[in-house]
Amino acid sequence: MASVTIDRPIALADWREGRVAWLLATPAIVLLFLFILLPTLAVIVLGFTDFELGYGGFRFVGFANYAELIGDRTFRRSLWNTAVYTAVVTPVSIALALAIALLIEAETRAKAFFRTVYFLPVASLLVAMATVWQFLFHPTIGPINTFLASFGIAGPNWLGASGTVLYGLAIIGIWQSVGFNMVLFLAGLTAIPRELYAAAEVDGARSWLDRFRLVTWPMLGPTTLFVTTISIINSVKVFETVKTLTEGGPNKASEVLLFTIYQEGFVYLRVGYASAMTVVFLAILVVLMFLQYRIVDRKVHYA
Amino acid sequence: MTRLSLGRVLRLSLLSLGALIFLAPYLFMISTAGKAQSEIFSSSLALIPEQWSYVENFTKALSRVSMPTLLWNGVVVCALIFIVQVVVAIPCAYAMAKLKFRAARLMMVLVMLGLLVPIHATALPLYVAFDRLSVLNSYMALVAPFSISVFAIFLFLQFFRALPDDLIHAARLDGMSETGIVARVVVPNAWPAITAFAIFSVVAHWNDLFWPLVVVTNQEYATPPLGLLYFRAAEAGDDYGALMAATLIITLPLVAAFLIAQKRFVEGITMTGLKG
Amino acid sequence: MSVLSLRTITKSFAGNAILKGVSLEADEGEFIALVGPSGCGKSTLLRIVAGLDNADGGDIVIGGREVSSVAAADRNVAMVFQSYALYPHLTAGQNIAVPLAMRRLTAAQRFPFIGNLLPGQRQIRADIQRQVREMATSLRIDHLLDRKPGQMSGGQRQRVALARAMVRHPSVFLMDEPLSNLDANLRVHARGEIVELHRRASVPTLYVTHDQSEALSMADRVAVMIGGTLLQLAPPQEIYDDPAHIEVARFLGQPRINVLETRMDASGSVRFGALTLAAQNTPPSETPVLIGVRPEFVRLSPRTDGILKARVERTEFLGSEVIVHARLDAIGEAIVAKVAPVEAATLSEGLPVSVEIEPDRVMLFATTGERLRAQTIAVASMLEKAHG
Repeated sequence: MASVTIDRPIALADWREGRVAWLLATPAIVLLFLFILLPTLAVIVLGFTDFELGYGGFRFVGFANYAELIGDRTFRRSLWNTAVYTAVVTPVSIALALAIALLIEAETRAKAFFRTVYFLPVASLLVAMATVWQFLFHPTIGPINTFLASFGIAGPNWLGASGTVLYGLAIIGIWQSVGFNMVLFLAGLTAIPRELYAAAEVDGARSWLDRFRLVTWPMLGPTTLFVTTISIINSVKVFETVKTLTEGGPNKASEVLLFTIYQEGFVYLRVGYASAMTVVFLAILVVLMFLQYRIVDRKVHYA
Repeated sequence: MTRLSLGRVLRLSLLSLGALIFLAPYLFMISTAGKAQSEIFSSSLALIPEQWSYVENFTKALSRVSMPTLLWNGVVVCALIFIVQVVVAIPCAYAMAKLKFRAARLMMVLVMLGLLVPIHATALPLYVAFDRLSVLNSYMALVAPFSISVFAIFLFLQFFRALPDDLIHAARLDGMSETGIVARVVVPNAWPAITAFAIFSVVAHWNDLFWPLVVVTNQEYATPPLGLLYFRAAEAGDDYGALMAATLIITLPLVAAFLIAQKRFVEGITMTGLKG
Repeated sequence: MSVLSLRTITKSFAGNAILKGVSLEADEGEFIALVGPSGCGKSTLLRIVAGLDNADGGDIVIGGREVSSVAAADRNVAMVFQSYALYPHLTAGQNIAVPLAMRRLTAAQRFPFIGNLLPGQRQIRADIQRQVREMATSLRIDHLLDRKPGQMSGGQRQRVALARAMVRHPSVFLMDEPLSNLDANLRVHARGEIVELHRRASVPTLYVTHDQSEALSMADRVAVMIGGTLLQLAPPQEIYDDPAHIEVARFLGQPRINVLETRMDASGSVRFGALTLAAQNTPPSETPVLIGVRPEFVRLSPRTDGILKARVERTEFLGSEVIVHARLDAIGEAIVAKVAPVEAATLSEGLPVSVEIEPDRVMLFATTGERLRAQTIAVASMLEKAHG
């Protein structure tokens, strides 16, 4: 910066513009380093230490934390539960959202009403609505089991039994995310050129299913892929319902990744160990994004 | 115009059934918030309370945890986060989109990297640092990590790229400074993106439980989700009438905002969703 | 026998009449251009023939079969869309194969994976492939078969769209402004190609366009639609030289026909400048009428002794010809002449001129727009008049 040789007025103007650009971007750059890059690097470094909050010093322990993770039954359980939860929530939520979007799109009058209703859970406080679901799921006084009982079915202890708790949480997760996926599908559907449907009809696509397979489904490709990635990532990040309703229980049946990290890091204050878990969590996100990126370029964009 | 064909009847019934299921939690929340303890335990599916106990339940809900404080905290935190995010992101996005900025490519890489990293990943070091600086339990702790939104930069960047260069050139010929251009030309033209981002940001941070749970242990700074968690702990879980009254109070502001401006909401979420 | 016949088709959207009883017959192998300003209902008519919209009233007969209540898929019509409407996820070859696969394979045989195992489908698929290849070869797009629409130029896409429409030998061909997305040079070239293809396939074609030169240059007959009504259906030369309605005369021809208001006297004759016309198929009465004369039949000469005097206001040089705008002294109306550059050299702006009109080329219209048949019965000599 010390000596900038300016021999032409154009270079001077460029240099001025560059300086203004730096000025405008500086706050963002500083904050980006402070709150994203530095902490991310720190979490990777901390993952190689035995740092615990409350104790002064720490030392580097190499891959000891990761070695411990491999043998940690809680962590393995947590990974498995997160995978199961994601495997249930993602496909069901996407399929339901697509079905609802198709039904709403075909409707003429009540479009806005139904869109509002299905979207309502997205705009509702999840912690609060989880509490309501806890009541709905209550084994004895809950409306769901009362309803089942009227058909002579003995409902399970949804959130209280280790066999059903993940599915109970999954139902809440699906209920909460369908509306979000639905509006994305609706936007995708509106973007399909009408002439393609006309062409399909003239070409002999008689039934709704023919037109869906020939036009709708392929044209929704980018939307579907995007919705899938977002849904998977959001499912992997499940935390609110677990923290509010089950605290990982009963008997670790609903331990999920973020909840385990939270417990280790902020309750037991084993920062080093929790950092190693966080690195695993980050790695999962990176792999997911990478997969999406690859498929996007290869398959669903037809340009 | 509207013929009631068989297909349409089937479609409407399916949609209505689904809508009923989706609305059920709200119906039971409103209904249970007005029922007395004994009636709740009689486990009937009746939605209209036999005895109207709304007043008692709401009184209980309001007395255990200071609801006004919670809602106020929620508003303050969301407003601060949103304002800082926009003030930081817009100039940066403008510089990247419209100025000869040599670091623009590098910034783009940083932004893409930043999009990958959620608060859950950076929470541990930030918590340690905030603890060392003794700033836990403050608005500052609640807001600071979200002061930079790479998503906002990304969204505005895409929006600004679509603005015609001639608009900027005309403003320059009119003698405006670059900051003047941002304030008087770019921002007024970016309103659709700003409102969309506002909705996205407010919904995200009003609902966030993770970070407030990490940095706040003092009820005075509790946000709505955290406050409800405290309330549940204090209530030992079984007084569903009061619990539902509390959830009703806490859910209402955002739901009301959504119902009033539902078109904006859906557009905002769609726009931010698809750009992300 | 006509292959396609439309009888009094009506259609309205939200109370607005879009089509007000349109009738039209197309013969074997005939190319009919439907032309008119935007919003005249020509595209709606095409969609109704295709079965994409339903008419409110009227009959559609294709190949002797009344098809008003037949689904688009079963009408055996093919359509080329303005945007081409190619399926972006399919290659050119797959796009062309779609109409064949949809008709010749059953729903089960088309089902992914399982369909490939069903008996009989293999031979049909091979046959479809052969037809696609033949079609592509005849359109010279066989080298594009493996490309997706996104990897093709506008002209190539347009050919693939044509191939997809032609491959199954439809009984009627519908084209909705298929050239309007091409650039100007390619468009003129593609006109010739479409006409050539049409001649070979010999399938009656309804071709919608808003471009009059396309309509006039390509069609066997031109149908001019204005405001939901088919005003005239005639061969290009006839519809240009002998329009049945003033709107037809106004719509066709560049620059637009000159229309001047004058009066018919009680004996049924109309005087205009040096000309006297006798109306033939209308009862003589004193009434205002319209005179129409195309710019190429207006002559301006730099003399001041003519009967019809005017002053040159503006000239537009177009290369092979010059458009001269002048204003008539007597009535203050503008008149446009198309003249050769040599003549135009003598016509500078502000110059007083005499206007002459070719006697046999004057047309007479009622103020409602209908054509009135007339004969020129007298041409006063300009010089005589001037000296007398």
